[in-house]
Amino acid sequence: MFRPRSETRRPTVSVTVEGRPIAVPVGASAAAAVLAAGFDSIRETAGGSERMPYCMMGVCFDCLAEIDDVPNRQSCMVEVRDGMRICRQIGARRIHRAAG
Amino acid sequence: MEHYDAIVIGGGLVGSAIAYGLARAGQKAALLDEGDVAFRASRGNFGLVWVQSKGDGAPHYQRWTRQSADEWPALAEELLTKTGIAVGHHRPGGLHLCLDEAELATRHAMMERMRTQSGNFGFDYRMLDRSELAELLPGLGPTVVGASWTPYDGHANPLNLLHALHKGFVEKGGRYIPNSTVTEASAASGDFRIRAGGGEIGAAKIVLAAGLGNAALAPHFGLSAPVKPLKGQILVTERAREMLPLPLTTIRQTAEGTIMLGDSQEDAGFDTSQRPAVMQTIARRAVLAFPWLRDLQIVRAWAALRVMPPDGLPIYDQSERFPGAFTANCHSGVTLAGAHANLFAPMVAAGMLDPALEPFSARRLDVPAAV
Amino acid sequence: MTVELAIIGTGPAGMAATVLAGELGLDTVLVDEQSSPGGQIYRAIERAAPDTPLGPDYLAGRALAAALRASRVDYRPNTTLWHLDADGTLFLENAGRTETVTARRVLLATGAIERPAPIPGWTLPGVMTAGAAQILLKTADLVPEGRVVLAGQGPLLYLVATQLLRAGAPPGAILETAPLDNYLDAARYLGSLWPGRQLLTRGLGLVAAIKRAGVPIRRGVRGIRAVGRRRVDRVVWEGGELAVNYLFLHEGVIPNIQISLALQLRHEWDEIQLCWRPALDAWGQTSLPNIAVAGDGGGIAGAEAAVLTGRLAALDAALWLGHIGEAERDRRARPIRAALDRERALRPFLDRLYRPTRSVMVPAEDDIIVCRCEEVSVGRIRRAARLGATGPNQLKAFTRCGMGPCQGRICGPVVAAIIADVHGKPIAEIGTYRPRAPFKPITVGALADLEIPGFAAAEGGATR
Repeated sequence: MFRPRSETRRPTVSVTVEGRPIAVPVGASAAAAVLAAGFDSIRETAGGSERMPYCMMGVCFDCLAEIDDVPNRQSCMVEVRDGMRICRQIGARRIHRAAG
Repeated sequence: MEHYDAIVIGGGLVGSAIAYGLARAGQKAALLDEGDVAFRASRGNFGLVWVQSKGDGAPHYQRWTRQSADEWPALAEELLTKTGIAVGHHRPGGLHLCLDEAELATRHAMMERMRTQSGNFGFDYRMLDRSELAELLPGLGPTVVGASWTPYDGHANPLNLLHALHKGFVEKGGRYIPNSTVTEASAASGDFRIRAGGGEIGAAKIVLAAGLGNAALAPHFGLSAPVKPLKGQILVTERAREMLPLPLTTIRQTAEGTIMLGDSQEDAGFDTSQRPAVMQTIARRAVLAFPWLRDLQIVRAWAALRVMPPDGLPIYDQSERFPGAFTANCHSGVTLAGAHANLFAPMVAAGMLDPALEPFSARRLDVPAAV
Repeated sequence: MTVELAIIGTGPAGMAATVLAGELGLDTVLVDEQSSPGGQIYRAIERAAPDTPLGPDYLAGRALAAALRASRVDYRPNTTLWHLDADGTLFLENAGRTETVTARRVLLATGAIERPAPIPGWTLPGVMTAGAAQILLKTADLVPEGRVVLAGQGPLLYLVATQLLRAGAPPGAILETAPLDNYLDAARYLGSLWPGRQLLTRGLGLVAAIKRAGVPIRRGVRGIRAVGRRRVDRVVWEGGELAVNYLFLHEGVIPNIQISLALQLRHEWDEIQLCWRPALDAWGQTSLPNIAVAGDGGGIAGAEAAVLTGRLAALDAALWLGHIGEAERDRRARPIRAALDRERALRPFLDRLYRPTRSVMVPAEDDIIVCRCEEVSVGRIRRAARLGATGPNQLKAFTRCGMGPCQGRICGPVVAAIIADVHGKPIAEIGTYRPRAPFKPITVGALADLEIPGFAAAEGGATR
């Protein structure tokens, strides 16, 4: 788990990670929120291996998560906003088809 | 100088299928290939094993394609058993979508011609109307009016196929020689010597399967292979959980769940750069078929050069001047892999092409077109 | 839209180039993926508190960012470059929408990325790069809980250790992998220690601070592996092990050449730094006259050097675009070059001290994952290379290695090194992946909606 530095003066933002509400410092990425929330995996590979963010700078793509219903986003490149919903990316994305 | 029964020039899908067939037939074979960076149409392939669009007005091509598609399941099974590599062949039939009534009528007429021309081979097809199609393909775009379907079409993983053919070839004792562009060649009946990659090898038979490289190589062996590049671009999306039940001419979903979008054609010479304008056209047409594609991310894309004979039909030939020299040229290296491994290679092993392949000779291209 | 100069990246090189280009009157657009300027080294600099645990060198980036904001550049944050035409047309994506900008001259300032450090277990949750730990501190003021171990080599390792220390999260240990041979090799460059004394003093100061704080440093560590079931819980090495909650790896940085490779610019293999970099002239111009590179993306030399090469590139662009003459360019460049020589003085020493070991380039064990995206192991890559794959592109065809979303950014160097090892050839002869557009994913819809100036749907016989 990651925690705010004890001397931090950063205000926080409220997001949910897998439905769990958590306050994260302003400027944090969605990937940072997952780390701060204490989860042990953010996604699963095609082969079923659990992964967490590795590089935090948009190179490794190991931080893919579903953010506000959009799957497979590089969560380390998305800055948190109030009310953001972050979910783990387990398996392939679903297709959303309009009815009819 | 090392001697072989046969040298195959070109390690792409055409060359490796033929080489595999030769090695399997007990021929001592060498497969010459270029290095890591080369035109390599085989690395840019879409992956269709496609029959329904092939050979309108050319029954011999329709028949050859059908035969190849029929050889495919056995070849796939054999490659799995022998190399452990699954080429992912799936044959649920295939669809060609039509976006308006005129297109549908044209397509229907073409299917009828194919049936008529097929003779005793037969050609089974169905025209699906929109309501049948919409049931089969959820989320179908509103402008799609219908499609043609035949049971002969399918798809496979072209890179797995290439890998499996290479592995099968080597495991059957074939010698793979990469980084070997041909620098010198001498040809005599039943006696061919090639200088490539700093070495020299010789064989009684030689097969030119070097794709775009065949155009320059062929004349040295008394052959003609006037193939030209035709650029195509492909887009690949992220994996999706729901699977398309069968492949379409321009859209197919791989076993991994990624969706491939394609079928562009550009006359751009040997330029392999991507062009966003063409990528966009592919995207727009795909979205007409399935509006839900809009949300999917494109994770990969490329441009590659098809090997295109002047009339689009394959060129298969044997040299009259230098018996023992053969050539194989086509833009459908995946579809025709079955024929190349199981039908063409045995002909080469026997030293002579079947008369049924006569119409594929480059001599047809010398005939002035009928007015 | 057409501009004179497009700059990609807002690290020190991009920021410095932008500011000078603005002063010289160049019509400039500045593109960056991040939401605020700084690149990685000065990431989130505008949010930095004056007493930040990240230290004074980090704070030095504030002036650059402020100068950037004060300049009249068209600054596009949160904007991804997904394709660059050799003619200078940029294809951009922002918030799901795409657009194009045409530039007469393009300056790539995309900086560096961490060298992949494939050890057993490096894909386990809880194993990250040292840079990642630093980014969490910079962007979010977050620190790791529990026991943290840093492993690898290079100046960043000690810098991050110091920063974590100051942030109240002292590392449990530092495992340095630089072998003794490296020290002996670097000793031949002691002559560069005097001109590079400033940098050297700072570096030694960091190590001293870490030692004073009681953080154990083990040197010459070999055989590091991350062990754990669902996440890392131990780090093991030859002769020791420690329980850990987080393991931060670092084996130096290498130029981010994704875009320069996609453009098929000429690249050179640097046998000392063991990485590819674009072939550049003294002003950063590449093998294409309208494309230049500045900063670490052209060769690793650090933040100060990046500022200087950024300025040189801006001067050269100004000449090329007709804003200044050659004499003025050269005059202004003189003090910059003098400063650059001073900045580069310590490089020969550092490059040899921190030259990656063989096991970083060619991992020893067959089941170590090399391609994280597609989960391809050392063993599978070796087998495909033995089967005949002579380079990364053929290998990709046989193994899917490099086909994942990162397009070979992570696995590229190691794949080339393994192929070189199997074929007994120098890595320089093996070559690289050829990255393609989209450099980062864009949706089918965004591409379908793109307005491309001058393109009519029926152009060029495209599609049947």
